[in-house]
Amino acid sequence: MAIRFTINGDETTLDVDPAKPLLWTLREDIGLPGTKFGCGAGLCGACTVHVDGVATRSCITPVGLIEGQSVTTIEAAGADPVGHHVVAAWCALDVPQCGYCQAGQIMNATALLHEVPEPSDADIDAAMAGNLCRCASYTRIRAAIKDAAQKAKKA
Amino acid sequence: MARTSLSRRGFIAASLLAGGGVAFEFALPLGRASAQGMDATPITAFVRILPDNRVVIGGKNAEIGQGAKTMLPMLIAEELDVAWDNVTVEQTDADATIYGAQSAGGSRTTGREWLPMRQAGAAARAMLLAAAAQEWGVPVSTLTSTQGRVLHEASGRAAPYATFAAGAASQTAPDPVRLTLKDPSAFRIVGTRVMGVDTPAITQGKPLFGIDVDRPGMLHAVLETCPAVGGRFVSANLDEIRAMPGIEHVFVIEGDGQAESLLDGVAILSKSWWSADQARLALQVEWDTRAVEGYSTQGYAKCAGEALDRGPEKTVLDKGDVATALEGARQRVTARYAVPILAHGTLEPQNTTALFTGDAIEIWSPTQNPESGRALVAAALGLEKEAIRIHFTRIGGGFGRRLMGDYMVQAAAIAAKVPGVPVKLLYSRQDEFRRDFFRAGAWHELEAGIDAAGRLTAFRDHYVTFGVDAEPSRGAEVAAGIVPANLLAHARIEQSLIATNLPTGWLRAPRSNSLGFVLLSFLDEVAQAGGRDLPALLLELLGEEARTIPGSGPREADFQTGRARGVIEKVLAMADWAGRDGLESGRGKGFGFYFSHAGYFAVVVEAQVTGGEVQVPRVWAAGDVGSQIVNPLNAEQQVRGAVIEGLGQALAGQEITQADGAVEQANFDTHPFMRMDAVPEIEVAFVPSDNGPTGLGEPALPPVVGALVNAVFAATGRRIRKLPLREEDLV
Ligand code: FES
Ligand code: FES
Repeated sequence: MAIRFTINGDETTLDVDPAKPLLWTLREDIGLPGTKFGCGAGLCGACTVHVDGVATRSCITPVGLIEGQSVTTIEAAGADPVGHHVVAAWCALDVPQCGYCQAGQIMNATALLHEVPEPSDADIDAAMAGNLCRCASYTRIRAAIKDAAQKAKKA
Repeated sequence: MARTSLSRRGFIAASLLAGGGVAFEFALPLGRASAQGMDATPITAFVRILPDNRVVIGGKNAEIGQGAKTMLPMLIAEELDVAWDNVTVEQTDADATIYGAQSAGGSRTTGREWLPMRQAGAAARAMLLAAAAQEWGVPVSTLTSTQGRVLHEASGRAAPYATFAAGAASQTAPDPVRLTLKDPSAFRIVGTRVMGVDTPAITQGKPLFGIDVDRPGMLHAVLETCPAVGGRFVSANLDEIRAMPGIEHVFVIEGDGQAESLLDGVAILSKSWWSADQARLALQVEWDTRAVEGYSTQGYAKCAGEALDRGPEKTVLDKGDVATALEGARQRVTARYAVPILAHGTLEPQNTTALFTGDAIEIWSPTQNPESGRALVAAALGLEKEAIRIHFTRIGGGFGRRLMGDYMVQAAAIAAKVPGVPVKLLYSRQDEFRRDFFRAGAWHELEAGIDAAGRLTAFRDHYVTFGVDAEPSRGAEVAAGIVPANLLAHARIEQSLIATNLPTGWLRAPRSNSLGFVLLSFLDEVAQAGGRDLPALLLELLGEEARTIPGSGPREADFQTGRARGVIEKVLAMADWAGRDGLESGRGKGFGFYFSHAGYFAVVVEAQVTGGEVQVPRVWAAGDVGSQIVNPLNAEQQVRGAVIEGLGQALAGQEITQADGAVEQANFDTHPFMRMDAVPEIEVAFVPSDNGPTGLGEPALPPVVGALVNAVFAATGRRIRKLPLREEDLV
């Protein structure tokens, strides 16, 4: 079945099983492997992308559901006006350890900052608790979100 | 790149690159690495200098997030004397015949590579200077270097390294031991805060990891194995699965019965991993589980309890006269502890891509231990080791899981059935829990004797864990050199074993991650009984005078009491230990110290207990891992990560349980790890000492769990003798 949606700004039409999760569509059919598979059950956040600006677990989102919507992945995170500051802060603070969770962390953090430009610790905890970092880079994730918020405010 | 073969003694050769740059190759004949008790192996590494004077340095070790891919090239660049901004790091392939040890395990990388990598950089620099001396007709002793340039002070001449590429290529290699290395006071890169070399690529979603490997014509595979590890394949509805849409191949993988190499399974191959995994939902396999279905969590607890009642099967350490010392003690403290089975939960599921071509195989793998994987694949496929080419990928978390090579063998065995077709095997999260190499469960009965002055004088630990024929299973043994046994005149460690079908393995700080909890909590009990606190008890055992206690085995580092004292005193000051009585009710501070992987770590945890809930607002950690922290930016992360992992082992509810031989957990909801909202503030300090640098991936973890339960005791008066911590233990 042909499904039309926008991926990182480009219109696309794909002939794909509508039940196939967006995660695997991105990785296997569109060639965007930056979005990661961690649990396949909405429990770790590694697969987080934006669908119409909303942080979404792509592993449990059938691609058929995003017909007509706009998807942003880590590959385009730096092109987003807020995401740009998030990515810069992630580098400045050297957040990643193994790095595997970080695409999801960056996408989730960017969505948070769009919604709450100056988040408190409690806001960050609430928004980010769904994103597992097995390496436990949490201290720097928190600091980087605050750093990005500051930079985005000045910009 | 041109590559010359290696002589037996090892040498350094330089050869011209096609593009006019120069490539240096190092096979340094090396003595013992600087850290005591560490393996010393010959090393090679690449340095390439490009025509525009940029430097490409080969990162030769597995990168699991511990920072080796950045740190080892920093050491080379330092002695090569180039600007770090001018360096590009490339991951090398996995090949021990060229690069020496490339594994990531035992926190060994820093100690093993500290000298060889610096020598590698210094040798390249020496060859460039020699070439410059020839070209300028001046003695080499009159030349110096700075930031990738050669200088001749007397004449004021200066030129970039690249100018001498051709000349350097024809130089005879210097003897590495004769090279003069920089005095640490002259370091410009080592000791500075250097961003991970892959950090920008990670934040852009670049394909760095094993799961991202893509080959032309590649098929994706899932492998179904028996829910009860070790069950044998009987039959399955293979034809039905073959007929499903998108399925290319379905076949039975016949195992050798060893989880370490290959278990029976059914492989499903498709152009899409998702399709293969969907088809698995319809797969019906009959397994013969008779040999393994008897194992359960309750069964282990019962057998372990009986073993403790029965008395030890074997004595691991018998020092002095424990029986008499205990008999003569003024007070005796006895307690039983239990530690659960744990899973690794690397966030990137195990995977490997393999292309079999009849008489050779090419493998792309996120492995912590490529040579072990190579040997297993060679044995399973009947190939020569030389017929196996292994490419390293970045690794989405290791924690010891990827020291095992099972997933490489599985991928190779599947690929061998479809010659000429690259196949990527990827585990589902459920597969991860089915096919892990678990942290072993352990049960201890401890006993201590205290003299009239309240001092610990005798110690006995009878521990029960998994194993057969008096051999504890992988990562489950207790070393004879543990504190306090190594500090006492009378100490005994005794062992009994029970059977399991679960393969066990190494989880970050193996053995110590379990013992840290048991020993530190028990010693806290002993300290209380003797009317002192745990740090006072330990300092008393260590004594005022610094001494060195030899390690208990060839792989065990010596224990230096002065270094232990140094970190203990440091953390007590950081955490205002003396002022802890002023804490509000429901709050407490707990202390832990542990020595593992040649590193000394002392930790104080502050816990807030409200009803059945434990929160940890703050943690202080002080460590001594030698004279130099190579990359402080990464080092702090390693310690924080270890602290949070330790807290999670006690607080997040982690426990693998088993029924009918099968693991009951299948995802992160039932085997949770710490999340952002539970993370404390963590203050980290390093206490430098006059010792060679050693690794940091592990040693900060073991003292954390003990310090946490001791903090819970301080806050509530409740002693936690079984993990994970449950609400009912507190209310
Ligand atoms: S992979 Fe989607 S939440 Fe874990
Ligand atoms: S950096 Fe490894 S899982 Fe987050």
